[in-house]
Amino acid sequence: MSDISRAREMFTRRILDGEGKTTGSERQAAFNNTDGAGPGHSLIDEVAKKANRIMDEVAKKANRIMDEDIAAAKASGLSEDQIFELVICAAVGQATRQYEAGIAALRQTVGEV
Amino acid sequence: MRLAILNSGHRIGTKALFAIIEMASRQPLLDVVKLVKYRPDFYGNLMGMVTQETMRGPSAWSVADRELMAAYIAKNNRCEFCTGAHSAVARLAYQDGQKVSDALLNLSTANLDEPLKATMLMLGKLTREQRMDAQDIKAVLVAGATVEQIEDALAVCFSFNVIGRLADAFGFAVPSPKGLESGAKYLLSRGYR
Repeated sequence: MSDISRAREMFTRRILDGEGKTTGSERQAAFNNTDGAGPGHSLIDEVAKKANRIMDEVAKKANRIMDEDIAAAKASGLSEDQIFELVICAAVGQATRQYEAGIAALRQTVGEV
Repeated sequence: MRLAILNSGHRIGTKALFAIIEMASRQPLLDVVKLVKYRPDFYGNLMGMVTQETMRGPSAWSVADRELMAAYIAKNNRCEFCTGAHSAVARLAYQDGQKVSDALLNLSTANLDEPLKATMLMLGKLTREQRMDAQDIKAVLVAGATVEQIEDALAVCFSFNVIGRLADAFGFAVPSPKGLESGAKYLLSRGYR
């Protein structure tokens, strides 16, 4: 069988913790589909707030994203490289939640294997 | 594409590679290639490793089966680029275009093996509803899929729930039928690295 766990972990760590044009907390917020608010996240980054709406769309209804949405993200002050990074983190975050939901249901059904 | 950096922000060597690929294929370069080659240390290199293992690594599912799953996941995400691209690969891999068309048109009535059909129904639900429970898994096991096959199918689901979202968010152009065919030949012979 395929084992993507190590490669997926390396990939996730790279996009969240590696070098970038956005901060790690901004990328984590995009990945989690949150605006970073809440206990332990008192420093809400302005960029992450501005990007929050489009990241929510990437996670939930990417096929409805329009040219105007990306243009609005640029107009809010995000550079193209920042949008590139945050969109990737939002997409990987949502796919991760789906994948983990599937694996959890599998484990629940057959026990730990 | 909606970001200029994805069209023209690549390094000179990468741009030269693009020119060679376009000349050899006689087709415009696919936007997905532009994405994976832009700052590949951030996205393309490691995501390529994940997708290569998922789609070409050892599995009880054939390459054709996994490509059909990818197309079905894309269809459930309403991602036109990925549906076109991966149904083209599946057609080529199965050498059976009708099988792929039937599966994407109406999975319930398509002439597929039961384990594959049940697994695809599960992937469709997970993609659309973004949740899964033990009953969904039991239905796939009863249909004859193994635990390992379900894990492998969930890996396909991960990869194409990433790629489909990026295709739609960044605004990938949908290639012509010839472009899809050319891309399918490349993916079948070279994989995702």
